Amino acid sequence: PALGLFLFTIARDPLRIIILIAGAFFWLVSLLLSSLIWFIAVKASDPRDEPLQKGLLIFGVMFSVLLQEAFRFLYYKLLRKAIEGLVALSEDGCSPISIQQMAYVAGVGFGLMSGAFSMINLLADSLGPGTVGIHGDSQLYFLTSAFMTMVLIFLHTFWGILFFHGCEHRRWWEIAAVVVMHLAVSGSTFCNPLYVGSLVPSYLLMAVAATWAYLLSGGSAQNLRRFLLCKS
Amino acid sequence: MITFMNNSDSEEEPCNERTSLMSAESPPVPSYQDGLQASEAGGAQAHRKRRTGSSRSPNNIADGDMSNSRVPVRESAVENEEEELTLKYGAKHVIMLFVPVTLCMIVVVATIKSVRFYTEKNGQLIYTPFSEDTPSVGQRLLNSVLNTIIMISVIVVMTVFLVLLYKYRCYKFIHGWLILSSLMLLFLFTYIYLGEVLKTYNVAMDYPTLFLVIWNFGAVGMICIHWKGPLQLQQAYLIMISALMALVFIKYLPEWSAWVILGAISIYDLMAVLCPKGPLRMLVETAQERNEPIFPALIYSSAMMWTVGMAKPDTAARGPTQQTWDAAEDGRENYRSPLRADSQRSETRSPGPTRPITSFEELEEEERGVKLGLGDFIFYSVLVGKAAATASGDWNTTLACFVAILIGLCLTLLLLAVFKKALPALPISITFGLVFYFSTDNLVRPFMDTLASHQLYI
Repeated sequence: PALGLFLFTIARDPLRIIILIAGAFFWLVSLLLSSLIWFIAVKASDPRDEPLQKGLLIFGVMFSVLLQEAFRFLYYKLLRKAIEGLVALSEDGCSPISIQQMAYVAGVGFGLMSGAFSMINLLADSLGPGTVGIHGDSQLYFLTSAFMTMVLIFLHTFWGILFFHGCEHRRWWEIAAVVVMHLAVSGSTFCNPLYVGSLVPSYLLMAVAATWAYLLSGGSAQNLRRFLLCKS
Repeated sequence: MITFMNNSDSEEEPCNERTSLMSAESPPVPSYQDGLQASEAGGAQAHRKRRTGSSRSPNNIADGDMSNSRVPVRESAVENEEEELTLKYGAKHVIMLFVPVTLCMIVVVATIKSVRFYTEKNGQLIYTPFSEDTPSVGQRLLNSVLNTIIMISVIVVMTVFLVLLYKYRCYKFIHGWLILSSLMLLFLFTYIYLGEVLKTYNVAMDYPTLFLVIWNFGAVGMICIHWKGPLQLQQAYLIMISALMALVFIKYLPEWSAWVILGAISIYDLMAVLCPKGPLRMLVETAQERNEPIFPALIYSSAMMWTVGMAKPDTAARGPTQQTWDAAEDGRENYRSPLRADSQRSETRSPGPTRPITSFEELEEEERGVKLGLGDFIFYSVLVGKAAATASGDWNTTLACFVAILIGLCLTLLLLAVFKKALPALPISITFGLVFYFSTDNLVRPFMDTLASHQLYI
């Protein structure tokens, strides 16, 4: 689905592609920094201490989430500056791309990158021989990973919209809500392999975020009805 | 790449001519102004040309004279507009470059992942005589540094030789050299590549069929690259030869040497293009002074069709529209755009203000292309291919390097739009790529592996 989003909405406009790639880049950098921190922490600690490792991992995950949001903020700042530049450049005085579109594209960029990093190795391995869950792990590993990745990509997209909207209108509670949601989703994955604990809340949160973002972008129930019934 | 194919005996080459990024010559930009301001545009154009310090075709000189008086008045305003317009269409050009680079990388990565041949170590090039199979780390490092020094000096010597040949107008020699090397590349390497791919997929092919296929491929390639042909076909061929060359590099360069060479060549690129005495810069400036493309024998379809299009101004618009991307000719767009601008201006004067602005923009927009040397393609692909081949983090590292290179390319193009002169395309991208490769491989991979094993998501 994320690929479909990309093809239909982003691939037409070169500016959006650049924003997308830049978004992916920012996510990558945040990942890099967070893994650096985690790596240092692991090296500095005792590798045999199992609970400590687990604790460090959790700490790493939380820290990474915070870093991701921080980088989203940085990206927002960069895009603000870019929009001013684009407005100055364009002929009719308004930017060729609005901040909401940028928010959407940035969100997709983040999401794609995070999804890619989560899934690609899995996909590559799934091509090879082997049985899933032979060592007593869940047999639904691939399936749940796929769903989780998809929900995460969508979530990133929606968070992008919400986050930028919050920054635009200086509503700090929106930004805080995004951060909290992100933490919650990541936290819920700690319940894995008890999948009901992680997938269900994530999907619920995604539905919440989706409606929120939709409303923010100017949609409403009426719009939706008209769209679905193909009225003009 | 064309230059790179210079030496028939060496496989890698001073792709350095090719490693510079030339800005689309800005002269046509002022013509964006609507037809009413055609004269102003002419003035701005001439002013711009003087700014870049090279004399273009005679037509422009006439304009320059005529607009001498107007220039100082409009100088600042015109400059601002030029800058804006340059940056505005930047996005489209960036994408025009993204696509071939991405395609090349995809081809290389796909081949590396599937065909075993290119990751086996079957010997080294004579340019990297020091083996890396030594037991100690220090020795290995020393060997790779020595390899790099040899390789870079070979490249420097070749480049200087080429520049000298060009300066002293030994065109025939250059032509012959290029034709010979592209011949070798198209036939020999394709044959090896095809053989390996067929082996991997266990497809049987008899010799006559093979001969037919390779002959057709090579012949069409030669015609496309060195003579005329549809633009997309030419682009496809250039992508393919870049990929082939990159594969050869990946196979035959030992590991540490490859990374050190990548780093060293980006430094060399930086120096060669920016230093006043750098060979690449001299090459570009000589070409500009003589107002001719850098390698006359390699006038690609863009320039050819372009001269044909001159006779018919309306098709001139459509002719070079897609030829903004060309990977091998640095000077070509210098050559192309003044002449293109002439046909453009004749068009502006005849219809006058009634001509809609949008069509203008469309014409101009297509034509102001950016050029990227084939050597850049090759080294980007080498980086990504090496990442795919040797990284234990597999796709994550490859993906990270890919994004890093694209971002580096973006930044380079941005700088190009700001500075408006030939810039080295390698340093920023390669730096990003290297940084991301090493950091992803060593830092991110353990993190992601542990996350994936616990199925945690960040």
